[in-house]
Amino acid sequence: MHEMSICESVVETARTVALQEGATRVTKVRLEIGCFGGVETEALRFGFDVVARGTSVEGAELDIIELPGRAWCFGCVEAHDMTVRGEPCPACGDHRLSVTGGEELRIKDLEVI
Amino acid sequence: MCTVCGCAGEGASIEGEHAHRHHHHHEHAHPHDHDHHHGHDHHGVSASKESLDYGQGPARAHAPGLSQARMIEIETNILSKNDRFAAENRKRLEASGVLALNLVSSPGSGKTTLLCETIRRLAGSVPATVIEGDQQTANDAERIRAAGAPAVQVNTGKGCHLDAHMVGHAMERLPLEDGGILFIENVGNLVCPAAFDLGEAAKVAILSVTEGEDKPLKYPDMFAASRLMILNKIDLAPHCDFDSVRCAENARRINPAIEVIELSAKTAEGFEAWLGWLDQRRRDVARHAIEALEARAAALRAAAGPAGQG
Repeated sequence: MHEMSICESVVETARTVALQEGATRVTKVRLEIGCFGGVETEALRFGFDVVARGTSVEGAELDIIELPGRAWCFGCVEAHDMTVRGEPCPACGDHRLSVTGGEELRIKDLEVI
Repeated sequence: MCTVCGCAGEGASIEGEHAHRHHHHHEHAHPHDHDHHHGHDHHGVSASKESLDYGQGPARAHAPGLSQARMIEIETNILSKNDRFAAENRKRLEASGVLALNLVSSPGSGKTTLLCETIRRLAGSVPATVIEGDQQTANDAERIRAAGAPAVQVNTGKGCHLDAHMVGHAMERLPLEDGGILFIENVGNLVCPAAFDLGEAAKVAILSVTEGEDKPLKYPDMFAASRLMILNKIDLAPHCDFDSVRCAENARRINPAIEVIELSAKTAEGFEAWLGWLDQRRRDVARHAIEALEARAAALRAAAGPAGQG
């Protein structure tokens, strides 16, 4: 459940930014989570509500934009879209793949009032 | 993590400090975004001489901040705070040429036994120190100290992983000698520690043969993040139909660059390869430290002009 720590980081960042901007409440938090980010988005939603309770982020909508994965294939020497680690290259079937995208864990923006 | 001062939090402890409970009556309305001051008050962290406990503090909510809905662009990494602490740890380690390894595995893979044997083998030639991460108990740090190395136990309480802030404080309690090795034994968990950089030079995944050769495919994030996979308890392989070749293939499907060493911490089979790997990494780190210092010395000589030529 490291999603709980991740939620604490998200809520803390949102709370701090809202304060700096003179806002009283955060109404929406938008995250970008890559498919290889090692994070379960359902656990993130659950944790977010729990961690936000009693803060200026309580009740904020959590919008999660899931980003696709990319991997470089050493067999066909090209990058391809991938969603599962350990799967063969969709083009040539080679297993020697190196993930090049999809590990993002980012806070994109906030909506505050 | 303590979400007010950034202190790693409600729920954890380090062996070795006085308990300084600090209740979260944060009524102030300013953002706490201070840098990594080692030695600041720890909110809800209790500590004795050789342990830090992050499980003691009250999980209190924080006071809300101080008006038309508007969007604020942030575009920041969620784990940026951890990553800053990790960068600081890395800088300190690299400056003294200390090789730091983050040992990750499921519980019961034999990490502590492997470490104890490694420490005994390194005794007298390489200064080794250990940070032990567990949810509870100081048993492992005691085992390490009995094997002959300074160790600090970090108890994470409910936490499922070590973070870079906990490790930074634990490092302060260890005699990190130039050219030594710092082993960071993470909480036994094949999932969560993959996401948290501690400032290490490399992650080492330890898998025991009793766990089965498909684990790299089932828990890919950890094997993707690791530089080396140790297949431990290799003496038991014949008893549990473990196919080490297939296991290595599975790991390389996740991470084509991963190195693999088969060994038994109990019979010492394969130990020379592990010690050789450690020695090579330690030399790499020491060489980088020396090159950085030489480059710095050259820059200072150039800046000083004739005065710097002695």
